[in-house]
Amino acid sequence: MSEPSRNDALEALAASRWRVAAALTVATLVAYFGFILLVAFNKPLMGQQLVPGLSVGIVLGAVVIVTAWALTGIYMLWANGKYDRALSQLRR
Amino acid sequence: MNPSSTTGSQLGQPNTTAIFFFLLFVGVTLAITYWAARKTKTTSEFFAAGGGVSALQNGFALAGDYMSAASFLGIAGLVALSGFDGLIYSVGWLVGWPVVTFLIAEPLRNLGKYTFADVVAYRLQQTPVRLSAALGTLTVVSFYLIAQMVGAGNLIHLLFGLSYEVAVVIVGGVMILYVLFGGMIATTWVQIVKAVLLLAGASALAGAVLYRFGFSPVALFDEASRQYGAQVLAPGTLVSNPVETVSLGLALMFGTAGLPHILMRFYTVPDAKAARSSVFYATGLIGYFYLVTFILGFGAAVLVGRQAITGMDKGGNMAAPMLAEVVGGTGFLGFISAVAFATILAVVAGLTLSGAAALSHDLWSSVVRKGQAPEHEQLKVARLASLFLGVLAVVLGVVFKGQNVAFMVGLAFAIAASANFPALLLSMAWQRFTTNGAVASMLTGSVSAVLLIFLSPTVQIDLLKNTTALFPLKNPGIITMPLAFFVGIAVSLLFPEKESSERFAEVKHRMHVGAGKPAVAPVAQVPSVSPGAAPRPTATKA
Repeated sequence: MSEPSRNDALEALAASRWRVAAALTVATLVAYFGFILLVAFNKPLMGQQLVPGLSVGIVLGAVVIVTAWALTGIYMLWANGKYDRALSQLRR
Repeated sequence: MNPSSTTGSQLGQPNTTAIFFFLLFVGVTLAITYWAARKTKTTSEFFAAGGGVSALQNGFALAGDYMSAASFLGIAGLVALSGFDGLIYSVGWLVGWPVVTFLIAEPLRNLGKYTFADVVAYRLQQTPVRLSAALGTLTVVSFYLIAQMVGAGNLIHLLFGLSYEVAVVIVGGVMILYVLFGGMIATTWVQIVKAVLLLAGASALAGAVLYRFGFSPVALFDEASRQYGAQVLAPGTLVSNPVETVSLGLALMFGTAGLPHILMRFYTVPDAKAARSSVFYATGLIGYFYLVTFILGFGAAVLVGRQAITGMDKGGNMAAPMLAEVVGGTGFLGFISAVAFATILAVVAGLTLSGAAALSHDLWSSVVRKGQAPEHEQLKVARLASLFLGVLAVVLGVVFKGQNVAFMVGLAFAIAASANFPALLLSMAWQRFTTNGAVASMLTGSVSAVLLIFLSPTVQIDLLKNTTALFPLKNPGIITMPLAFFVGIAVSLLFPEKESSERFAEVKHRMHVGAGKPAVAPVAQVPSVSPGAAPRPTATKA
């Protein structure tokens, strides 16, 4: 009897997953291509040393790597928590 | 802090420690293979370790599958010789992983069984889709395998002083044993052991370097800039053409999400939750590894010296092993050499297994036998395919001896990003995707990527010594990936397929709700349709 509403809820949940996934993908793209384009177009900035031995480029490169990991972590926390809970309720 | 002289290096000579550690690694992994062989009785165990790998184990195995000798030795060498530019590569090799997590991992786990073709073919006609997907997979696997085998031969020749051919045969032979007898269970554990060894070895080496700089990477970088000038900390010549860089970036980013041997690993975990968690672990491990490699590169530049490094190998591939010898003596050199060897074994085993899955699951079981092949026959074909690919890898390794094949890894990523990723994403996300669209997209992606690389400066100028190249970019990703998307969408719109869009609801449901137990095979639900055969059973609609 509740089939249509259950389907609607599932659709909405699926849509929310794609939205989160798309937003995080865009965030990754921005971080990565932001870094690459800075390397391509602003070499002096990337070579500037914050303290002797530590250039802006090295910091940003490390930041992109850590950001990529952190975004993956954010998705995992969201999906393993909120999303899976909603899904398991619908499954019943 | 002068670069130490490396005269009297043990590099390139049979080194007792190296041989001991290598034999130990092979011994342990063959014992694992023996154990795995007794557990490998079904195709699900052979291709997907029965879906019984935990998220953390799979995270390590993914990292072990991905961290090749090229990234360990190659990036350390690149950093040693050109400083900051090496970091650009490290970042590029990592950023594909979030994309894998967000877009691919769990739908793949929920929809497929052994190969990514399972997902693309889910609601489409099996035969044409699987044929083109297998073509994409086998092309990617072949190029990647050739690059690994040739790299293996060279490295082992440099590290141990073995002849190139002997090295290739040893790598091929041991890898065949893993895959043939132990299947995915053995391959997974070989990759886990390798990942742990590689991470431990790289960490120990970085620790030994940083010890000399008061555990401050910044002091190390500063010393490097004192020796080689401040430009080692700034972008150099690697990124001279922004379009080129964006193109390479696209290929690296979306290529990871189309590499068949990586995608295959998502079928080894029990559910979507474990699939996403495993990418999180893998991304952390790989990111950490690349950061450590960056320190190793600078350590080698400062403690070994660029001249000594290029004196041993022009490409700088020996930077990390030479560094090991300088900071830890012959024993440490032996350990790092053995780790590099082990690294190659684990990567080629994963590649071979994914190629074997395409040959036996996609081509034999689904196309030739239309899903009617009994279990024991599928397993036999899978083993034959593994043996065939293993032997082929050895032959290609010998044939390509002395060739500069570094571009082949880039090629593999470009093909994966153009042939596999667009079709995979469209099949999961777009209702109006059709059989014709999928086939057109995959063929366009693989053919255009191969063609443009052939016309690129890498092949035309560097390899064939021509003066000009018809296509200006070294990496075609910026053209071929959008092209594959465009062709897939255009052909689908031009030739709509009612059935495929009707079955999209089923895809969506299954993609999110999941397959439940891994033993539930989607193929059982997807009628394997041959063109012209009886219409699809309508059980799913009734």
